[in-house]
Amino acid sequence: MSYTVAALLGVVAAVLVDLVVLRTRLVLRAVFWATYPIIVGFQLLSNGILTGRDIVRYDPAAIVGLRIAYAPVEDLLFGFAMVLFTLSVWVWLGRRGVQRTPAAGEGDWLLARLRRRRRARQSAAAPGDEH
Amino acid sequence: MGQLSYLAVLAGCLFAAIWLEPVLRVNVLRRWRRLSLTLLAVVVVFVAWDLAAIAAGHWSFDPAQTTGVLLPGQLPLDELLFFVVVPICTVLGFEAVRAVRTPPGRPRRPDDRWSAGDEADHRPAGDEADAGRRRVR
Repeated sequence: MSYTVAALLGVVAAVLVDLVVLRTRLVLRAVFWATYPIIVGFQLLSNGILTGRDIVRYDPAAIVGLRIAYAPVEDLLFGFAMVLFTLSVWVWLGRRGVQRTPAAGEGDWLLARLRRRRRARQSAAAPGDEH
Repeated sequence: MGQLSYLAVLAGCLFAAIWLEPVLRVNVLRRWRRLSLTLLAVVVVFVAWDLAAIAAGHWSFDPAQTTGVLLPGQLPLDELLFFVVVPICTVLGFEAVRAVRTPPGRPRRPDDRWSAGDEADHRPAGDEADAGRRRVR
């Protein structure tokens, strides 16, 4: 089996784990698709260094040969499968009751301050309608 | 950078994401048991893939740019650490998006498209209702 086939199967398997096995359904959620582009950006950067500097080398016979930022396009599929599987397990554990809290942002002064400011701006713009 | 090249890339990844813990209080490292279990699952599955790919000759590692510590199956220690560092960064990024988009305390509807289904106030229907009530810290 080539890396190309393995990577495609990896994506299918990760989506099945998300939708059917753990039923976290992240691929149907906005929060996942807002996160993935950020991670893929960093992946292109770090993977570009690993492949561009030949730290990791690929058998030309195992890949189709299309490269993005030095890395074989198959790496994007590998990365997607890994990101989806990671977040699927993380969310599944939370649903099972493993350390749901403290939630993200809980107790953060910076976020609290930004929110207070936004609220103040909103009530200044529309007095009497504070929601 | 020589033999530390791969490790340096991993350190860069960690450096790029770890500040989210203190600055946005994403509370990922504080939920270390949940994180450890996640890492365990990812390491088991993706190291298995990696070992199969190394055995099949899909990819190899430059001995001059890795630590040279080889684990069973010719798996470089650097590569094992990849499957620890990258998932940590992934979860940090995910929880950072949530910290900004759905701050704690804001009332959430079950149909909220920004929910992930593991929120403390989330009550899934049917067979998962029980698991939802079991809150462990």
